[in-house]
Amino acid sequence: MNQANTTVVAFRNFFQEVGQLTSFLVKFFKQVFVPPYEFDEFAKQSFIVGYKSLPLVGITGFIMGLVLTIQLRPTLVDFGAESWLPAMVALSIIREIGPVITALICAGKVGSGIGAEIASMKVTEQIDAMEVSGINPFKYIVVTRIVATTLMIPLLVIFSDFIALMGSFLAVNIKSDVSITLFITQVFDSLDFMDVIPSLIKALFFGFFIGLIGCYKGYTSSNGTEGVGASANSAVVVASLLVFIIDMIAAQITSLFT
Amino acid sequence: METVKTNNYEVEVKNLQISFGKDDVLTDLSLSLKKGENLVVLGKSGSGKSVLIKCIIGLIDPDEGTIMVQGNNISEQDDNNLNLIRSKVGFLFQSAALYDSMTVRENLEFPLRRQNTVKGKKLTSLVEDALENVGLSDVIDKMPSELSGGMRKRVGLARTLILKPEIMLYDEPTTGLDPITSTEISSLIVHIQKKYKTSSIIITHDIACTKNVADRIIVIRDGVCAAEGTYKELENSGDPWIRSFFE
Repeated sequence: MNQANTTVVAFRNFFQEVGQLTSFLVKFFKQVFVPPYEFDEFAKQSFIVGYKSLPLVGITGFIMGLVLTIQLRPTLVDFGAESWLPAMVALSIIREIGPVITALICAGKVGSGIGAEIASMKVTEQIDAMEVSGINPFKYIVVTRIVATTLMIPLLVIFSDFIALMGSFLAVNIKSDVSITLFITQVFDSLDFMDVIPSLIKALFFGFFIGLIGCYKGYTSSNGTEGVGASANSAVVVASLLVFIIDMIAAQITSLFT
Repeated sequence: METVKTNNYEVEVKNLQISFGKDDVLTDLSLSLKKGENLVVLGKSGSGKSVLIKCIIGLIDPDEGTIMVQGNNISEQDDNNLNLIRSKVGFLFQSAALYDSMTVRENLEFPLRRQNTVKGKKLTSLVEDALENVGLSDVIDKMPSELSGGMRKRVGLARTLILKPEIMLYDEPTTGLDPITSTEISSLIVHIQKKYKTSSIIITHDIACTKNVADRIIVIRDGVCAAEGTYKELENSGDPWIRSFFE
């Protein structure tokens, strides 16, 4: 009986959370297109999300391209298809690994940062202070951050893809001698429109949901300083899970058009 | 949109009720704030003092009762009207609530920039004047994390005063401060009342601060106003519980 009750409570809490998140989402869409626009804060957040994530995303992308190439080579050599290596790595990186790994890194770095920052603003009454000064804290804090992550994460994905291909080029040249021109030609020959565009659209959704979850968890934080840690933690967990769910849906949708 | 003034009270609270879950915080609280007076609200921790002023500024919606600020019913206002009323009310938070990603200068400029009424040299001069009023001209380019508790409170006060409020709400202005700094903050509250002709509600359980600033005091017990009077009247109250605040 107790177990049944616990399950009921868990379900109720889950649907309550989904309801609150939906209402948060509706509030975002109601405010995002209505002036005044907070351009300065948007630019600041874009700098934090985009520029400050470049080193981490770049290093991860480089290692990703390098390792993937080193791991794929023996199998392709066994099948006598070593010349397919640049094409195969490019497809894997651009279609799947680049966006997903970049999004997961951003869910960890950016999502948790946003969750913790907003939660601590709430605990220290900074959000209330904005409200009593006649400033719309939702627009200033939430809208700017969600728009920044939505626009910056696709750019980070492009950057990460490029660096990963450079890592791959280096790995290809460890055991064979391929010129940069030939490598780039093989990469671009293997790619078409339907590889690049769905990947960027997917990245746009990754960015949107990472920002949304980070802001939602921070904005609805409770229990004082303990809640700050909990908000950051659950922002990472939920955003990472959503990245995989969106990826799965995107793969299904893309397959309908190819 | 215009706000209206209908009577002599700056703030009038009638039969306020508010509860959180099963906890009844305020059950039937009524009070009024006259123009130009300092009203101190005393009560034990958790008696709903902070909730009361958050209701007055519209941060918390009451379950029952009416709150009139300069003749306007707070519960009936849309966002624009509420912001207009709020522009006449200053709120000093218990934690000072400085924006910790901004310098002191940016903290003070922030509300004015959003209103878009003052720019350039005039804005700089307003910020410098506001800091001078609280005796902190030399911290203008520091971050809030570099300030002491007392300094943060003063900067918070300067940020509130820069909007030239007619009503001030202080949420435990001396909590966590040493006796000397507490006395300085109390003197500042009186100075602000005289200089800007503000009407203030001061939430506190600091009796030294109460003695310095109060024109009138109300005491909250069990969610209602248990006593009302001047410092002297309540100090000599027949109710031992009320007297215990002043011992």
